[in-house]
Amino acid sequence: MTDTPAPLVALVGNPNAGKSALFNALTGARQKVGNYPGVTVERHVGRLALDDGRPCELVDLPGAYSLEPSSPDEAVTRDVVTGTHAFERAPDAIVVVVDAANLDNHLRFALQLIALGRPVAVALNMVDLAERDGLQLDAGVLAAELGVPVIPTVAVRKRGLEELRAAVTAMVDRPASAATGTAPAADMRTLQRRARLIARRAIVSETPTRRWTQAIDRVALHPVAGPVLLLGILFLMFQAVFTWAAQPADMIDAGFGGLNGWIEASAGESFVRSLFTDGLISGVGAVVVFLPQILILFLFILVLEASGYMVRAAFLMDRLMAGVGLSGRAFIPLLSSFACAVPGIMATRTIDDEKDRLTTILIAPLMTCSARWPVYTLIIGAMIPNTPVAGFVRLQGLVMFGLLIVGVAGAYGAAWVLRRTVTKGNSSGFMMEMPKYQWPQARDVLIGLWTRAVIFLKRAGTIIAGTTVVLWLLLSFPKPPEGSGISPVDYSVGGRIGHAIEVVVRPIGFNRDIALALLPAMAAREVAVSAIGTVYAIDDSESEAGQQGLTERLRARWTLPTALAFLMWFVWAPQCISTIAVTRRETNGWKWPAFMVAYLFAAAYVFAGITYWLAVFAGL
Amino acid sequence: MVPTSLVAYPRSQPGTVDRIDWDRLAPPEARRLRELGFDEGADVEVLHRSSLGAGPIACRVGRMTVALRRAVAGAIHVALPAAAE
Repeated sequence: MTDTPAPLVALVGNPNAGKSALFNALTGARQKVGNYPGVTVERHVGRLALDDGRPCELVDLPGAYSLEPSSPDEAVTRDVVTGTHAFERAPDAIVVVVDAANLDNHLRFALQLIALGRPVAVALNMVDLAERDGLQLDAGVLAAELGVPVIPTVAVRKRGLEELRAAVTAMVDRPASAATGTAPAADMRTLQRRARLIARRAIVSETPTRRWTQAIDRVALHPVAGPVLLLGILFLMFQAVFTWAAQPADMIDAGFGGLNGWIEASAGESFVRSLFTDGLISGVGAVVVFLPQILILFLFILVLEASGYMVRAAFLMDRLMAGVGLSGRAFIPLLSSFACAVPGIMATRTIDDEKDRLTTILIAPLMTCSARWPVYTLIIGAMIPNTPVAGFVRLQGLVMFGLLIVGVAGAYGAAWVLRRTVTKGNSSGFMMEMPKYQWPQARDVLIGLWTRAVIFLKRAGTIIAGTTVVLWLLLSFPKPPEGSGISPVDYSVGGRIGHAIEVVVRPIGFNRDIALALLPAMAAREVAVSAIGTVYAIDDSESEAGQQGLTERLRARWTLPTALAFLMWFVWAPQCISTIAVTRRETNGWKWPAFMVAYLFAAAYVFAGITYWLAVFAGL
Repeated sequence: MVPTSLVAYPRSQPGTVDRIDWDRLAPPEARRLRELGFDEGADVEVLHRSSLGAGPIACRVGRMTVALRRAVAGAIHVALPAAAE
């Protein structure tokens, strides 16, 4: 019997039942995150040791309200528990996670799942929070009413995990009796009423106590205080991203610089050495420097999400979003897009309405993602004087903030236009459960941060390193004849491609260096920085200027209108293959990514051109 | 008291869903509303109405807090809870 696969147990439950926390507590670090083939639904699997030491696979299914799916996530959940999923085998047992404080609602889904006929155990989760709210429950009554084992758990304090493990062991040992695999016939209304009845019987006592959630909401959702608090949190978030990250970023920068110095000192002048120092290490280093900023941004987003505040933010933003035909739900993916549009676009899955979701996807790349910061920081640092404007506000910071606002305003305008043209349709609704506030668990936040860091570093190590090396090769060969006086970059293959692009972008004030940087920056925006660096490193390798930093070189070669046009270009341009790829995946085809690329490039060209000529006429 | 729609029902005053105009809602909307626990006889309470008069409404239904837009809230009619409850 050694070749039979480990038993599969599915963790199922309503959104906000604390399912993921329970999954993390049960499996710890022994988990894998993947994707179900064909759909962009995350698949979380982990290993759980049964009582007798046997391994068991635990799969954390997406949260759902019922077996009637209204999103791809919910469809996966239904297909897996009914045993009709094309990829996942039918689970040997199901653990239904219910929020102890919300039984009336969560029991309905539990009843549907029990009716499927597979072995089921119910994890009565977050009993501590229910008790805090003055709710005493009798798990025995609940078990008798439901006819399945009920185990009180507190995932975040690891309470009830041993008992749950024992129940799982008992379930996988008992073969499924007559799993029919069909959904029960009882309609939602009947189930809902039964759920309410059972919940009422299971409640031992209910003393109204001061509810924290309602107390916080009195401020957080207040018509005046609410928006002020939201603005304050957003301000703190962006402030933290730029101030807290400075020191670790400097350390990373110094580390890469040290590595370069060490290689240059220990290896002789050679082709390979130059490839490593000028190409690989400078290119990857220029990007890894932004890891602290990205992690801080994600830290805020994860904490806001885990605490339950994010939904309140969506509530406050709904009015504003409705103005352009979107819903408050779009706020969450759009905020994530400030870190990176890829997870942002994936987060649009929570938007039920198809047109609404599509519009959100199309405008997500306009949020100032972290890949733009290296570009903005470099160009602003080099070309904009840091003169004080008013109080502590300085011109450089003001320009940075202005670019951010242009992106948001552009997205708002784009949504307005899109909703009246290509994604026309009824204005979608906004209906959302607002979970109780919770203290975010360090463990869950850290697991989330770790996943983001790995994705980012993988990207830096593969796509960015790859394009940097390819660009370096293109710009290095062929070498101009000795003494010809032609710049090595102009003579190279890359240089010739750059000159061809330059013809197109010359009218909006771009020079050869920018034209050269645009192509590799398609791989990732931040590559523009290392690309310009590579161009100058190779161009000036024999001259005195080769000793100058990138900032000095930019000042010597660029005019202010060109720099401003370049910044404006990056506000709009869809310069990122990953975003295009994820859009294709999320919209199931090339039609929408093609449209997105076209409209964003057109906007980038027009607005960069306007910026350039306005700046020229203004005499800048 | 005559049932009032959730849009106009007084804030912080517990009530019971008297009736819901299901046919005024799009089918997915109606289903989601049911899934969130809205049903004839459910306990509700308006907690917050967002500013500027046209934003969404936050209300308690059963033991859950739910946000919905006024268009949907208008289809939900609430009465004072029955004394027997």
